[in-house]
Amino acid sequence: MMGDSRRIRVLVQVLCVHLLCGWVLTSELTFELPDNAKQCFYEDIVVGTKCTLEFQVVTGGHYDVDCRLEDPDGTVLYKEMKKQYDSFTFTAAKNGTFKFCFSNEFSTFTHKTVYFDFQVGDDPPLFPNENRVTALTQMESACVSIHEALKSVIDYQTHFRLREAQGRSRAEDLNTRVAFWSIGEAIILLVVSISQVVLLRSFFSDRKTTTTRVGS
Amino acid sequence: MFEMRILTLILFEVCFVAWASAMYFDLGEQEEKCIIEEIPEDTLVTGYFLLEHWDEKKPDNTPHLGMTVTIRDPDHEILLLKRYGKYGKFTFTAHASGQHYLCMQSNSTRFSVFAGERLRVHLDVQMGEHAVDPSAVKAKDTVKTMEYSIQHLIDQMNYIARQQDYQREREETFREISEQTNWSVLWWAMSQTAILLSVGFWQMKRLKDFLIEKKLV
Repeated sequence: MMGDSRRIRVLVQVLCVHLLCGWVLTSELTFELPDNAKQCFYEDIVVGTKCTLEFQVVTGGHYDVDCRLEDPDGTVLYKEMKKQYDSFTFTAAKNGTFKFCFSNEFSTFTHKTVYFDFQVGDDPPLFPNENRVTALTQMESACVSIHEALKSVIDYQTHFRLREAQGRSRAEDLNTRVAFWSIGEAIILLVVSISQVVLLRSFFSDRKTTTTRVGS
Repeated sequence: MFEMRILTLILFEVCFVAWASAMYFDLGEQEEKCIIEEIPEDTLVTGYFLLEHWDEKKPDNTPHLGMTVTIRDPDHEILLLKRYGKYGKFTFTAHASGQHYLCMQSNSTRFSVFAGERLRVHLDVQMGEHAVDPSAVKAKDTVKTMEYSIQHLIDQMNYIARQQDYQREREETFREISEQTNWSVLWWAMSQTAILLSVGFWQMKRLKDFLIEKKLV
């Protein structure tokens, strides 16, 4: 009985420490933005947190989108029109709900797929510092550097994946366009040449009957 | 037993608080929004969501908020179609590698006159199995902490390796498309030149015969 309540108290303390540490969030999403649409995302941020917003258009049209980031009072922190990709870092000056929106309102019929990565705060350390009595051992610091290296590998991999998706999307567009226009051109060619012959024949037929009528 | 119940309640509350500070987006009633995730094959994906009213000040007097989650695989076949309440967790394993669509639609059971009411969706999608979440477990033993950290690193490396295999597949598809485009351009250019020449000859022949027939030449 005594052991149970003590365990619960420790657990509650641990959970409270979690709550006080400040939540660390990395939100990474790919979503589809239909034409003439605007999609907004909201995040509650504590003052003084360093945040990074990064976005890239993966498929659709000219691969560009409007992006806008506002703080809780409505002040625009970042606003760009028709950007293909960008990265923006800022430190939250106020507490509250920050809002960022992607807009495809300038496009009439192309759907766009947008990827964004919104990071709030720094990543949690691999070895938490709460109960630390000594500095990190050699093994622990090796683990930490491996962790950092792997994080940057994942980051580069994501960028590479997005670029490749974009390139593949353009290649698919090109393929369909080539097929479509070639078939169209072949049909136009046949239709125009056959109608040319028919038209010329019709000119001569009329003149023949006219001359015959005049003669008689 | 009483303590266990308190414990589960506390954990649930913590999760709730976590969701209150997570990223959210707006969803109209009866509207469906989809999120696209590129998932390599044989990956376990877990998603957590929480549905709320847009106005926080509004008293939570609508117990009938619900969400229908539809997950489609790259061939647009349904992998998962389930209805949840306000708060839920969904899990699925991607069998084919490709773009999966996680679609969410709110299904309120009460008939609402204000059909344009907006809802708030908190969403978190995690990929891959996490054997043990290292940040959640505070072990006093340093060897255990090391073990958890190394397990975390191994999970990360597996994820990277799987993503790279998937990347290789996609690059192959890309190369195939480019080669097909190249072949199409060549074939269509040659066939159009052939059509042009044959139609030109046919035109000249027909006109020549016609004009000779009409005694104009």
